Amino acid sequence: MSGTGLWRRWRRSAAAMIGAAVVALVLGTALAAPWIAPYDPLAQDVADRLQPSSARHWLGTDGLGRDVLSRLIYGARPTLGLVALVALLMVPIGLAVGVLSGFYGGLLERALMGLTNITMALPQLVLALAFVGLMGPGLINAALALVLTGWPAYARLARAETTLLRRSDYIAAAQMQGIVGLRLLWGHVLPACWPAMQVRLALDLASIILAAAALGFLGLGVRPPTAEWGMMIADGSKVVFDQWWIAAVPGIAILVVSLSFNLLADGIRDARGGR
Amino acid sequence: MSEARLLTVRGLSVAVRSGDGLRSVVDSISFDVGAERVALVGESGSGKSVTARALMGLLRPPLEVRAERLEFLGRNLLEFGPREWVRQRGTGLALVLQDPRHALNPVLRVEHQLDEALRIHQRLIRGERRRRIHAMLAAVGLVAAEVLDLYPHQLSGGMGQRVMLAMMLINGPRLLIADEPTSALDAERREQILALMSELVDSRRMGLLLISHDLTQVARHCDRVLVMYRGRIVDGCPAADLAASTHPYTRLLWSCKPSAATYGTELPVLDRTADYAAGTP
Amino acid sequence: MSARASGDAWRQPVMRVSGGLVTLACTLAGLLLVTFGLSRLSPVDPAAQLVGEHASQGVYLEMRRTLGLDEPWPVQFERYVVRLAHGDLGVSLSTGERVSDDLRRVFPATAELATLSLVLSALVGLPLGILAAWRPRGVLDAVVRVLSLFGNSLPIYWLGLLALFFFYAHWHLVAGPGRLDDAFEYTIDMRTGSVLIDSWQSGLPGALANAVSHLLLPVALLAAYAIGNITRLTRAALLNESDQEYVLLARAKGATEVRVLLSHVLPNAAGLIVTVLALTYANLLEGAVLIETVFAWPGLGRYLTTALFAADTPAVLGGTLLIGVCFVLINGMTDVLVRLLDPRGR
Repeated sequence: MSGTGLWRRWRRSAAAMIGAAVVALVLGTALAAPWIAPYDPLAQDVADRLQPSSARHWLGTDGLGRDVLSRLIYGARPTLGLVALVALLMVPIGLAVGVLSGFYGGLLERALMGLTNITMALPQLVLALAFVGLMGPGLINAALALVLTGWPAYARLARAETTLLRRSDYIAAAQMQGIVGLRLLWGHVLPACWPAMQVRLALDLASIILAAAALGFLGLGVRPPTAEWGMMIADGSKVVFDQWWIAAVPGIAILVVSLSFNLLADGIRDARGGR
Repeated sequence: MSEARLLTVRGLSVAVRSGDGLRSVVDSISFDVGAERVALVGESGSGKSVTARALMGLLRPPLEVRAERLEFLGRNLLEFGPREWVRQRGTGLALVLQDPRHALNPVLRVEHQLDEALRIHQRLIRGERRRRIHAMLAAVGLVAAEVLDLYPHQLSGGMGQRVMLAMMLINGPRLLIADEPTSALDAERREQILALMSELVDSRRMGLLLISHDLTQVARHCDRVLVMYRGRIVDGCPAADLAASTHPYTRLLWSCKPSAATYGTELPVLDRTADYAAGTP
Repeated sequence: MSARASGDAWRQPVMRVSGGLVTLACTLAGLLLVTFGLSRLSPVDPAAQLVGEHASQGVYLEMRRTLGLDEPWPVQFERYVVRLAHGDLGVSLSTGERVSDDLRRVFPATAELATLSLVLSALVGLPLGILAAWRPRGVLDAVVRVLSLFGNSLPIYWLGLLALFFFYAHWHLVAGPGRLDDAFEYTIDMRTGSVLIDSWQSGLPGALANAVSHLLLPVALLAAYAIGNITRLTRAALLNESDQEYVLLARAKGATEVRVLLSHVLPNAAGLIVTVLALTYANLLEGAVLIETVFAWPGLGRYLTTALFAADTPAVLGGTLLIGVCFVLINGMTDVLVRLLDPRGR
């Protein structure tokens, strides 16, 4: 039995390591796109359109004769960029709301938590769609939409952690040393919230990728002709019955990246001994 | 010991299997219980509750049970499969736990839970079942009409314990194992429940294995006391002789309880480096 | 603490239920604020949209006055709510119809999808969850975990495209996009809005089979996504209950494992399971939005995405509001229901 336990632990962390490795690989690909992509992703060659995989075009060409592989590589950029932007905005907002309400309690807590709960109870994807649809498509609006619907989860987590900490000796000791106010929150409360957020963030990153691609699929992401995975699927859907690879390939990319974040989340959760 | 032995335990061990190997929780204990009241006392973590569950066959992996002998009414419990256990629990051996608010099913009414106990083991018509339920509730000091329709969270602590007793005794078991049955009650109710249990056990000629950490309590209500420490039985004596025990650990436990005599003095603190199990078989 | 008389026992649950209803009302108010806010913050000028590009300044200003666009926001919000209360969601810029009529037309198709998917996923997911809890750490458990992992990583519309490609175009196992083949599309009277019921009622040979064939893929797809969640959460709920003391005592009574599961664990986990199913239904509505474009399904999702493309503000807001209300109502009412079911009133 002990053999099984050890094996499971190793396998799990292997999953996390695979996840982290793939994420790093994709990140590297996105950053190195100009140097590794064989063609300009926007270069059209209408005579050569809808070609299957060949020596010149490893993944074939799309409806406008653009190289699918190059578009795939470049397509990582808006996707990952959006994910990074969302994470960078969403987590601080959620943290701020959660820490403030957890630490000061009272009316502030009730008001902020009320806001959090109501936002959480609304349909995320549909509201994000409406937001982008009405404000105009584009990377910034897409990011904003996902941030505005995604921050409540972090607020809840941060508040839970902060409420626990508020009564702890650790904070009392810091306060007795004269550390109060913002410095206390920043230097002592915030770092304690971080571990709980890690797993949540990794899981969220996976679903943000899916949401970002969904927005792209519906034409609400970056504007054409910029290469973006979701939009590539939409373009490919028009010819899917004959040139299925144009839609299939970006989907696989999304699957791989999203899966990696999920594996990473699993790994972090197991490494911390949770569940 | 003139009574016929109900339960025979020899070399009972319980261990936990974790990633690093086997850790011993109960270390080769041996004792007998007849139609008498025996107490198993010790601090938390001494292995008493695990013993109780092991005797009922309720331990599951990663806990592993081993014993040289484990017999109840002449039957070898070590050979029991799931079907034999299901038949034995409630009719031969019975178990009551500490907190009725958690130990009773929260979404079922009292009547249903008592009725279920009967339906599991006996084929009786509804009228007969109702009669027995009423009789059993009366035996534990409750008015049936008052509690049958209630849910567990609507019962007070004392009433909940009585209901639990009724539920476990309704099929006429021979041995009652009570795991800290009064720890969740206030002092007055404790006495009441223990007195009730003693009376029930005596009138039905049952055996009682009372698990507790309260030495004064067991001294009053039990015939014999077994003292456990870190998974081993380190001492055993008649309850009447507890105060005069010569075993260092027992004496320490006995003198640790605060009373009017100890008011204003320092209570002795346990020396955990000493090996209290030294000298035990 | 003496036992509370049964007469008093209703007081706690009623208080909890009314608390749940208050939360529901607040959330709906929040939803209205959000949709209202979106309509006002949008750079699209509703007056300009209505009068067109060539209208004179006077006509434009008159339109602004009619729409009340220059009044203070609280006043505008009040008018908005009042209009909603009368069922006035404006007029769609693409169809020219009243948005409320449009919604009434398209909603049944989506509701049918979501409902069928929920039934299918519950029929498969609940037993799977029970089985997985029965043998934790077993093979089934691992399989469920892997499927769940993939389910959380796949874009559903992409899977829909691939499924259409394989099952429809390649292997000809199911019908293609749309609810019915063209042959039936115009000959069946869609009275109830449910393609299953209406095709059955029409009595035309092969109509029902055709409807089922069209439903197969989208329903299976949505269900596949939901099954993973249902199984996982059911398993977690059951395992959590199995650790409780009353389960130990039930076994001590002599209950068999089957009885423990059916009479003790399941009834206690029922509240959680109902909540999971409700959450799933709400999520299925959102999922339908994504796959209706792929399957050319004439439902709320396609209506919404078409409106988004056309910058049809009233239609977008109307559709969003409808989904939002469904979402909030489903979750809120389930919350209230669960509180009612638990005798502890929790």
